Amino acid sequence: MIASSTDSLAVRPQRPWRRSIGARLTQVVSAALVVAVASLVVLVTPLAGIAGIALVGIPVQIVVSLARTSRSTAAARRSEVASSLISIAFLLLMIPWLSIVYTVVSRGVDALYWGFFSNDMRITAPDAELNTGGISHAIVGTLMMILVATVVSVPLGILSGVYITEIRGRAKNLVRFIVQAMSGVPSIVAGLFIYSTLVIYNKSYSGFAGALALAVLMIPTVARTSEEVLKLVPEDLRFAAYALGSSQASNVFRVVLPTVRSGLVTSAILGVARVAGETAPLLMTAQYFVAFKANPFDGPMASLPAVTFSFFQNGADNAVSRAWGASLVLLGMIAILFVLARLLSSGRRRRAR
Amino acid sequence: MIVLVQTFVEPRDVTVKKPLVDRVLHSVVTSGALTSLVILGAIAGFLLYRGLQIFGDMGFGFITGSRWEGTGAEGEFTQYGIAPMLVGSLVLSLIAVVVALPLSVGTALFVEFYAPAALRRVLISVLDLAAAVPSVIYGLWGLFVLRPLALGWSRALNDYLGWFPLFSVDATFFDGSPFIGGLVLAVMISPIITAVSREVFSQTPRDLVDGARALGGERWAAIRHIVLPFGRSGVIGGAMLGLGRALGETVAIYLVVSIVFQINFQILFTGSGNIASMIALKFGEASAYEVKALLASGFVLFVVTLVVNLIATRIVNRTARKAVS
Repeated sequence: MIASSTDSLAVRPQRPWRRSIGARLTQVVSAALVVAVASLVVLVTPLAGIAGIALVGIPVQIVVSLARTSRSTAAARRSEVASSLISIAFLLLMIPWLSIVYTVVSRGVDALYWGFFSNDMRITAPDAELNTGGISHAIVGTLMMILVATVVSVPLGILSGVYITEIRGRAKNLVRFIVQAMSGVPSIVAGLFIYSTLVIYNKSYSGFAGALALAVLMIPTVARTSEEVLKLVPEDLRFAAYALGSSQASNVFRVVLPTVRSGLVTSAILGVARVAGETAPLLMTAQYFVAFKANPFDGPMASLPAVTFSFFQNGADNAVSRAWGASLVLLGMIAILFVLARLLSSGRRRRAR
Repeated sequence: MIVLVQTFVEPRDVTVKKPLVDRVLHSVVTSGALTSLVILGAIAGFLLYRGLQIFGDMGFGFITGSRWEGTGAEGEFTQYGIAPMLVGSLVLSLIAVVVALPLSVGTALFVEFYAPAALRRVLISVLDLAAAVPSVIYGLWGLFVLRPLALGWSRALNDYLGWFPLFSVDATFFDGSPFIGGLVLAVMISPIITAVSREVFSQTPRDLVDGARALGGERWAAIRHIVLPFGRSGVIGGAMLGLGRALGETVAIYLVVSIVFQINFQILFTGSGNIASMIALKFGEASAYEVKALLASGFVLFVVTLVVNLIATRIVNRTARKAVS
């Protein structure tokens, strides 16, 4: 080694910290072997299922990592064991999340057919055959409530952000504190609040009441994200506008807000994704209704989470399938919102660079 | 020259008076920002106002009592006390945090320090998405997928570790236990704890980590001696945020746990519940007087989660400040 490196004059860039392909391969193979051994043990002993594999696999993996570093220092051995444990923690958490997505998709597709998106349940029993009825009423209800909630909460949330980053008034810390306190309000408490005011006062459940409950839950998310986004506006831009003689109002509306427009849209989308799946507050404000309805002021209104819940409570096989179908639609909707938010914010970052 | 200056530069007024549009802007923005304050106050105020009669009628027994009886009007042998649900809320959330915390911190470390850069970006998106999965889906998944597995685990825990007080039961009924509910909550809150911990870990000054590696420290040495001490309060704060979320969870608990009005400390034994799920359960067919009791319970839940969340944000902010200085 020494001879060869002194022979060649050109210094090759070295990456001594980089793991060789051989080392990585060994790691993957040894991990696979551990899982195989654990599965074998599970097959021949009374231990069962994924818990059994974990129960056997984790100690085996630790022994293996100790063995692989048996000729290294104690520090290297500790690091190897820690790496194993950290990777195991990651895998253990990924399993339930993957399982959730898999379950929703695999059980939800049974209920899907085109009519599922265009029919409602007014003449269909929840446990009727899966090629009848649908959840158009719930989709429209959810969209309607989200629309109203967005109209109410996004301006308020952005105003909070503007107050903190632009006005920088005396109550700045108070506003931030309130937003944080609000983000911890349990969803059912928001539902009870709207129930104890609007619903009791009107003596009627309504989609509008549901939307207001969602708005209460949405404000803190929008406020926090828009504050983060507004903080990214370079101070120079504001100074430049003032130097040109602009008032603060035109500075805010013509310079600051347009600069972060896509970021503000992202904050609204994240807020929507946060509340789109809320169930408990809707059950006590918008309730549930079987027929298509687009007017949020006209009595109880369906929503995707509520329809999921109500199908599930019916208990019959077909109704439960419908519940999974509605969950799939809901999850798909939230995933689309997330992809939108991500695309918008990554577009912004690329332009900023 | 001097003459020139004197002729051209006349003293002028520098106004500090804001133009009208700015004053309008200030009042609009300030009132918009303070609406949140009004809403928060209104939540507390209205729940307290509607529930006040219950606090008056039941006294301190509303917190310590463990009976929820009578659906009639006031005085008709009604007795409302939320102790079992208060205890249940705490037990369920504690199980959730105990299970979720180590896994979440491990995952956060994996995403931040072990995962390849390309995978990291994907994983961060997955984490965000997982945090937005509706609780009704967690509930259905818990009921149909996790519960059958968890029943087996409960039996095994009880068979082999039953001598340990935590895992002992009076009778071998494991369905709908705090253990199963706590596991579902753990899966639910782990994205939040992971996201907050990862965020804090990523603020660790890179120089310190690189320095530790340059001194010959293994990856774990850098994590153990630099990242973890730096992020400790952030992790605690994240755990508290998760705790707050778990305390207020309604539908997942409603679906998975058998809601039984009895204080139950045996985590493997059937029956538990939290305040939120109890409200959802009783709400449908409650009399006017019982609804007041439910609103009063909502007020108690509001106060508990508010306190937990304020402590959490205080702790997280302390780390953020440390990162800046």
